[in-house]
Amino acid sequence: MGPLNIFHQNADNPHGYARGLKARGKTILGYFCSYTPEELINAAGIHPLRLFGAKDDTGIADAHLQAYCCSLVRGALTDVLSGRLDYLDGAVFPHTCDSIQRLSDIWRLNTNLKFFADVVLPVKLTTESSRRYLEEVLRKFRSDLEKGFSITIPDERIRASIKTYNAIRTSLKALYRMHAKKTSPLTAGDLNAIVRGSMIIDRTEAASMLADLAAQIQAPGKADGSEKRVMLVGSVCEHPDIYRLIEQAGADVVWDDLCTGSRYFEGLISEEGDPISALARRYHERIICPAKHSSVTGRGENLVTLSQEHGVQGVIFLQLKFCERPASRACSWRSRPSCLPKVSS
Amino acid sequence: MSTPEKDKTRKFRAAKRMREIMTEYYIDAKSAVQTGRKVAWITSGGPVEPLIVMDVIPVYPENYGAMIGASHMGGDLCSKAEALGYSTDLCSYARADIACAIENGGPIGGLPRPDMLICCNNICGTVLKWYEIHARYFNVPLFIFDTPFCHTEFPEIARRYVRSQLDEYVSFLEGVCGRPFDLEKSREVGALSLQGQRLWQAVLDTAAHRPAPMTAFDAFFFLALIVTLRGTKTVVDFYQELLAEMNERIDRGIWAIPNERYRLLWDNLPVWYRLKWLSETFEAHDACLVADTYTTAWCGSMKYIDENNFFDSMAEAYTRIYLNIGIDEMVKTIYTMIDKYEVDGMVMHSNRSCKPYSFGQYDIQKMIQEHKGIPCMVIESHMTDERSFSESQTATRIDAFMEMIKQKKG
Ligand code: SF4
Ligand code: SF4
Ligand code: SF4
Repeated sequence: MGPLNIFHQNADNPHGYARGLKARGKTILGYFCSYTPEELINAAGIHPLRLFGAKDDTGIADAHLQAYCCSLVRGALTDVLSGRLDYLDGAVFPHTCDSIQRLSDIWRLNTNLKFFADVVLPVKLTTESSRRYLEEVLRKFRSDLEKGFSITIPDERIRASIKTYNAIRTSLKALYRMHAKKTSPLTAGDLNAIVRGSMIIDRTEAASMLADLAAQIQAPGKADGSEKRVMLVGSVCEHPDIYRLIEQAGADVVWDDLCTGSRYFEGLISEEGDPISALARRYHERIICPAKHSSVTGRGENLVTLSQEHGVQGVIFLQLKFCERPASRACSWRSRPSCLPKVSS
Repeated sequence: MSTPEKDKTRKFRAAKRMREIMTEYYIDAKSAVQTGRKVAWITSGGPVEPLIVMDVIPVYPENYGAMIGASHMGGDLCSKAEALGYSTDLCSYARADIACAIENGGPIGGLPRPDMLICCNNICGTVLKWYEIHARYFNVPLFIFDTPFCHTEFPEIARRYVRSQLDEYVSFLEGVCGRPFDLEKSREVGALSLQGQRLWQAVLDTAAHRPAPMTAFDAFFFLALIVTLRGTKTVVDFYQELLAEMNERIDRGIWAIPNERYRLLWDNLPVWYRLKWLSETFEAHDACLVADTYTTAWCGSMKYIDENNFFDSMAEAYTRIYLNIGIDEMVKTIYTMIDKYEVDGMVMHSNRSCKPYSFGQYDIQKMIQEHKGIPCMVIESHMTDERSFSESQTATRIDAFMEMIKQKKG
């Protein structure tokens, strides 16, 4: 099976992959948000597995969550309560939105996994004091992992993990760029599966498969250049159908601002100096999601830059029903430039 | 139902004074441009004392949101915000307030324009985006006071981070106001703030008396001062007066409802546009809502305040407030309240507007039923957006709930 198929398969069936890993004796930690310092989990020899939440709502979460809760949070609780995550050794909750925060409480009180951590990162990412605090939170998380699993995580292992992640992120970005320049046969839907798959499969394997994939690509895409170039903006996107819908409408997602996309791979980590400080800098400086604060116009400006860079003709804001974040129009309100026609939201 | 004559005795004298104070306060705020004072918009859980020290007038969009809700203007304003592109799933305070800012609508002709914005995320993350929106719209400086969530602990690293932000906050204010922060005045304001909180707690505590001289609905009304003017002498004087009136009522046997038989605890923000209806519906069952978790939140952090070092201790007090802690911590406060106020049941307002307050309620409910053996009911609404409220469904639920309580208690 070629690497593309492997990414697709595991993005579609993360539980199957995780069970396989578990059978081989691997420790697995689930996590919810791309602010999770997964580089540290990986450095600990533990497998970080991104949880996207069940797509079927069995009603099992109803005893804990109201109906007006977003599907990601409900889905995650559905998965864990129904035993589908029985391979997990623990879970990590970074500080993100209010719903995830309460999910953390509910999860902690209703599951009995070996490991549990709240990684309470700063929300304000503009000051030196918040950078310092972020670094301290990472050091605390490292020691929580060490205590929780009776291990030590030496600096060299963190450095090696940083290298792996830099390789993953560099390849993902290269693949995105090729697609945006129409020099790749991969579709936007393929790229989405590749990013999600990279959060599921073993990171060393992911890094090497991504490098292979980038090297293999020679043929230009089947797109004839007449499609409208659009950018997808939101939190996470795990609905392959959206890409098909957009394609059918005669457009192509040439770039995105998603945590299952460019926000995941933008921002490499320095391989010099103290690895925790380097990690802290990456998380402090990365492109924020609407759960964080950088500057009041930062997100809007970033969208403008991205759309200019990639010749975007329209922006599609993707928002999960019941999401409490005014992530889309509200966020770009008054900073949405006239060069960005709104396609829908 | 009570007769008009009874209503007259049951009216609080202090209510008139409170209205006067709030009117003066809003006049002051609205004439700030003429008087040369600065106005800061601040979140309800934000550290207001440094503003008082700097003689900046604090204005609370959330207090205004309550006013919008109570005057039934929420639905209309929320729909305006929706037309601007804001999702119906957003907090209705945020929607209504954003619509007011842009449309200049709302009660009292809108809020005075801010010179600065102070956003503290100890209540929720929504305020972060809400205040960013205002910062763009009004083009004024925004200070974010970031209070790490304390699920199970308040680690030393968080304490240091928040403490350092107090200094940053002071520098920010000095920059915007163009004058130094007065440490001596800061001590005075701190002492007044603590005194105000103690008095507010004492007022709420009077409802521990059986029958209760006040209800949670009264608390929702009298709350405005501890929120808006905490740290001033006005608050201290007013709550002293209110406390005296409560005690006088106890002495004279004037009770909040005529035949109190059942005592209930309210959880979450009020349903602002149905206060009267809810209070009458419960009263018809001889049920008195004697306390609530919401108004208690403004004195719930007193245990972290160091009387001799108010400024430094603000770091902990503002971080460990009721909404910024894990649900197993929250439930401990509720247990204490159940015992203190001798409560027979709990009414949980599942508030679509406020996810940090509402998610986790079902688990809290289960814990209460297990540990305290009292029944709980759930009412659903968007606290300031009356469009989604179903009065008949809520009435049916209340009837069924009260039936259960009656059977249990006899
Ligand atoms: S959108 Fe925000 S909350 Fe969601 S995964 Fe990304 S960083 Fe986390
Ligand atoms: S940011 Fe929105 S979509 Fe994501 S978990 Fe929170 S509420 Fe759900
Ligand atoms: S979400 Fe809740 S805490 Fe936040 S502003 Fe709205 S009502 Fe207040």
